[in-house]
Amino acid sequence: MRQSLWRGFCVTSRLFSNHRVYGCSLQPVGQNYWITALPTLLIWTTLFVLTDKMASMLMNSLRCCPPVNPAWAVQYATRSLSTSVQLHAQVQTKSKKTLAKPGVKNIVLVEGVRTPFLLSGTTGLLHKTSLPKDAVDYIIYGTVIQEVKTSNVAREASLGAGFSDKIPSHTVTMACISSNVAMTTGVGLITAGQCDTIVAGGVEFMSDVPIRHSRKMRKTMLALNRAKTLGQRLSLIGSIRMAHLTPELPAVAEFSTAETMGHSADRLAAAFGVTRLEQDEFALRSHTLAKQAQDAGLLSDVISFKVPGRDTVAKDNGIRPSSMEQLAKLKPAFIKPHGTVTAANSSFLTDGASAVLIMSEEKALAMGYKPKAYLRDFVFVSQDPKDQLLLGPAYGTPKVLARAGLTMDDIDVFEFHEAFAGQIMANLKALDSDWFAQTYMGRKAKVGAPAMEKFNLWGGSLSLGHPFGATGCRLVTTVAHRLLKEGGQYGLVAACAAGGQGHAMVIEAYPQ
Amino acid sequence: MAGVRALGALSRITARRYVLSGKIVLNSFDLSFFLARTHVNYEVKEDVAVIRMNDPNSKVNTLSVRMQNEMIEVFDEVLANDAVQSAVLISSKPGCFIAGADINMIQACNTSEEVTKLSQEGQKMFERIEKSPKPIVAAINGSCLGGGLEFAIACQYRVATKSKKTVLGTPEVMLGLLPGAGGTQRLPKMVGIPGAFDMMLTGRNIKADKAKKMGLVHQLVDPLGPGLKSPEERTIEYLEEVAIQCARGIVHKKISLTKKKGMMQKVQDYVMGIAFVRQQIYKNVNGKVMKMSKGLYPAPLKIIESVKTGLEQGPDSGYLAEAQNFGKLAMTSESHALIGLYHGQVACKKNRFGVPERPVKNLAILGAGLMGAGIAQVTVDKGIHTVLKDTTVEGLSRGQQQVYKGLNDKIKKKAITSFERDSTLSSLTGQLDYSGFEKADMVIEAVFEDINIKHRVIKEVEAVIPPHCIFATNTSALPIKDIAAASMRPEKVIGMHYFSPVDKMQLLEIITTDKTSKDTTASAVAVGLKQGKVIIVVGDGPGFYTTRCLAPMLAEAVRVLQEGVNPKKLDALTTGFGFPVGAATLADEVGIDVAAHVAEDLGKAFGSRFGGGNVDVLKTMVERGFKGRKSGKGCYVYTPGLKSKDVNPDIDDLLEKFKLTPNPSVSSDSDVQYRLVSRFVNEAVMCLQEGILNGPVEGDIGAVFGLGFPPCLGGPFRFVDTFGADKLVEKMRRYEEVYGNHFTPCQLLLDHAKDSNKRFHK
Repeated sequence: MRQSLWRGFCVTSRLFSNHRVYGCSLQPVGQNYWITALPTLLIWTTLFVLTDKMASMLMNSLRCCPPVNPAWAVQYATRSLSTSVQLHAQVQTKSKKTLAKPGVKNIVLVEGVRTPFLLSGTTGLLHKTSLPKDAVDYIIYGTVIQEVKTSNVAREASLGAGFSDKIPSHTVTMACISSNVAMTTGVGLITAGQCDTIVAGGVEFMSDVPIRHSRKMRKTMLALNRAKTLGQRLSLIGSIRMAHLTPELPAVAEFSTAETMGHSADRLAAAFGVTRLEQDEFALRSHTLAKQAQDAGLLSDVISFKVPGRDTVAKDNGIRPSSMEQLAKLKPAFIKPHGTVTAANSSFLTDGASAVLIMSEEKALAMGYKPKAYLRDFVFVSQDPKDQLLLGPAYGTPKVLARAGLTMDDIDVFEFHEAFAGQIMANLKALDSDWFAQTYMGRKAKVGAPAMEKFNLWGGSLSLGHPFGATGCRLVTTVAHRLLKEGGQYGLVAACAAGGQGHAMVIEAYPQ
Repeated sequence: MAGVRALGALSRITARRYVLSGKIVLNSFDLSFFLARTHVNYEVKEDVAVIRMNDPNSKVNTLSVRMQNEMIEVFDEVLANDAVQSAVLISSKPGCFIAGADINMIQACNTSEEVTKLSQEGQKMFERIEKSPKPIVAAINGSCLGGGLEFAIACQYRVATKSKKTVLGTPEVMLGLLPGAGGTQRLPKMVGIPGAFDMMLTGRNIKADKAKKMGLVHQLVDPLGPGLKSPEERTIEYLEEVAIQCARGIVHKKISLTKKKGMMQKVQDYVMGIAFVRQQIYKNVNGKVMKMSKGLYPAPLKIIESVKTGLEQGPDSGYLAEAQNFGKLAMTSESHALIGLYHGQVACKKNRFGVPERPVKNLAILGAGLMGAGIAQVTVDKGIHTVLKDTTVEGLSRGQQQVYKGLNDKIKKKAITSFERDSTLSSLTGQLDYSGFEKADMVIEAVFEDINIKHRVIKEVEAVIPPHCIFATNTSALPIKDIAAASMRPEKVIGMHYFSPVDKMQLLEIITTDKTSKDTTASAVAVGLKQGKVIIVVGDGPGFYTTRCLAPMLAEAVRVLQEGVNPKKLDALTTGFGFPVGAATLADEVGIDVAAHVAEDLGKAFGSRFGGGNVDVLKTMVERGFKGRKSGKGCYVYTPGLKSKDVNPDIDDLLEKFKLTPNPSVSSDSDVQYRLVSRFVNEAVMCLQEGILNGPVEGDIGAVFGLGFPPCLGGPFRFVDTFGADKLVEKMRRYEEVYGNHFTPCQLLLDHAKDSNKRFHK
């Protein structure tokens, strides 16, 4: 079985090399048995590496750190004392400034990893881990396009990855913010005192999606199962016509409005008066920043892998800094001929998996880990799936800031999911509009747009790619890494999702 | 009306003055300083002039004299401005490009020559637009109808929004007119002869994506959602931006105005190029029109004639024929009647009782029969939560199925998506008990027509509903005050008489008693308007207005049958007079049992005046199971799946039993028609005389939209005006001699007969 998987993988990897635009109809190809296998494989990868990293970290901390005790946390928490008087006062009054809430457990991000977000075809990693098999209490994975055979893909993957079969796991879905839901579900389980250690992640396998037989064919096939005599069977087989053979492709269009996401993004951009030039500039910025980050080795959450028979894949391969002239040449992809959303200023669909290890602070410290960040307040929002499909960040940001008692200026690191350059620009304009805040959000005034020098500085979905279910963990991990690198205290993650939903989360740096 | 006419005359004077000075560009430029333009303005954006239309006095833009004059003025300035290379024509009103020509402008004319001249002025203006050296792009958002469409198709390029409000069409035929500003000449060239005939003869509205397919518009723009401005405002701005791009594209030859023809198009053009084929089409279309209209409507025939002249004898003759035919049609009584109905319909779509204190958000319907389910169907998709209650599971599921099917049919017509159907159905609750009635703002009962059942229901309901809740009863003949007698709060009781099938029939007759409060009425009208109905509000009495008018006519129809006229012939006579449905078919549709019931009830209430045919004819039919379409047999035999119907063979012996000898002096075809119609009309006039009706307008609307009174006659009151009350009375007196008081004209009709200056419609 394993062998045939590899063979199948190699074959498919040669087949897939097309650059597909987010929101376009899918044109999958591939062998049937492969469908089930790859997402699971992708998860294994991240799980192995995650546990691998955990193990090495454990070793490191044992080697380098003073004996682990709770005082360690206190020692580091005083960091703010030296940096800001204001913070000092806040800490003393035990107010929200550290965002810790009395009676609520602190939840920390210990580690985050992902496979490179690849244009379909060069995926797959396999490692073994030496971590104790009962180290994790629960595993949650987010995914979007589900394969019927592995509808609880998290369970299959964790079993396959060699985790203890005593660790329960479930799969969640909420379109592009599925892995955010996985993480927040984990946060909920820890807060509720159910678990202490959770692996949350997301996986998407875009190069092969399940294609169904047509309803007519399904009906015939089910009837065929029930048929008793040869005559009945033959007459059923005889009833099959050409129309029966037309397959049903999974739709990328919204179910409620039958509008594709790219089309909606184009209308959204137009509604906020975002020009083609602005969009192309933002797309170029994303690619340029991603390239810089990659070259500087900042994308440390990416784990490299040697694909059998091919080169080692160690980095995202969709980053393509180009020139404004080249971007301007592209024709609109959705609304023709006057639209502004093109293939270049849309995120592209990739395979990919990501995972994070989240724990209660006590547990992490007790186990000798060095957490990277606190996961603080979060919100989910939803709005009109027709005209405000992609405005999740605009709705979520003010709400989560209000919950955390912060303002836009307090945030040091912004990571927004870049579904489309036009969508990002529209969200920024919405955040910066008093009229929009008053008319549609019921607020007195705007919260303001994020400062661009803090915004998506290591690239985003436009340049790194967007495997539906896996993007959320990447955003959170990136915030944690950027906070460490840039020395900020608060980070904000925001993302939109199909169905007119959105998510935002505040992340606080763990005192180092 | 006089004011409007005066205004029209005034602006015509300014028009002439303008035409004189128009040739001198400088002069007209000066003029604009003195006469501030209010309807049309323009702004130059780099090399594109954006011409914006906005009638400050109305919700819609119409091609009034003022609008036309300012348009010509602006057009001249745009042509003279060297910086401008192209223009965009757009309306600043959300939901309306141009709704059509100003009807008052046509009505203000006294002779067909005047109207012809109006038409020719329009033709001239659009010819200039068409031949403009600077390309003009029409940016259409909202209704683009009649003259508005003719304006748009004279432009070089058309961009339209995909909004649901964007409709294109030539509804002139529905006003008894034709597209008189070049429409009959340009449309056939643009969308082909069959397509053009279809548009102009049916007058139907065409949605944006269909228009694109037909070649009526070149490019579509999606409506936008909320952004930094309101969706409507931003959508118009966006449309303008796209239209400006198009205008520049045309100037820079990036957009070609000559479309590449597909193979099908070439074949079609070739076929249409054959004179013989065209002749066949004219003949075919003419035949269809004659069959449908029975020759009672002149407009469709003139449309065919104008198109034909233009295609066969060249544009000069074509435009001339169009203008002359337009003039002729505007002077016909049919056109006056149809325009009257149009105005009436607009008036009956307003709530003259003001805004109700609390809007109806929860509506409960009792009885899931044909009526109840029909009412639910037109309510549930209007954002009103609807409860459908019945006494049996079978009845309820039948009703729910009817609502589901109604919505499903809309999906097939692509009016809604299956998702919208499901979300709409989520606001429909089917139930067998009164749970949740404490939240109802209004209850409409549609239970069996029996005063005792209605009394029982009203008591049951009043025990559970909140104090503000309105109780509306859907009955076709029982007086509301009798039903309200069982109520503890008669001020909240009102009659709402729907017509079957509810989703197709436009009329709603609302009946108020002396005790009904004004707010109750306002609320009922508001609900009816939400349901998309044309509403007449009438006083209480047996049969109210509509049923009361119909009863004597049906009594007469039964007598005609008894006199040996067979149902097919009776139908032919009534449809020949202009009724869309023949009298015998109508009886079958209404239900013979209902007709018998009503005839008996009203017979008792109004006495011998409502006599005529023997009620026993209907009763015997009911006894033998001939209840009309619903039972498969009535005057006709109905076979499911079969459209044609044969006369019920058993009805002959049945009628034989009740045979009457016809009096030859009043039994000619024409006399039979007038016997039927005069009783209808007399009863209608009597309703006005007795104060059941609020005015002749509502009387006409009720008769046409509820009972199918010939639209070409404009309703019973307009019919009296045009036919002449004296002539009608003279005919009735003749019938009175034979049949007695069935034909005695009422006092108001006699008054009108005596004084020819008295008219129902000014």
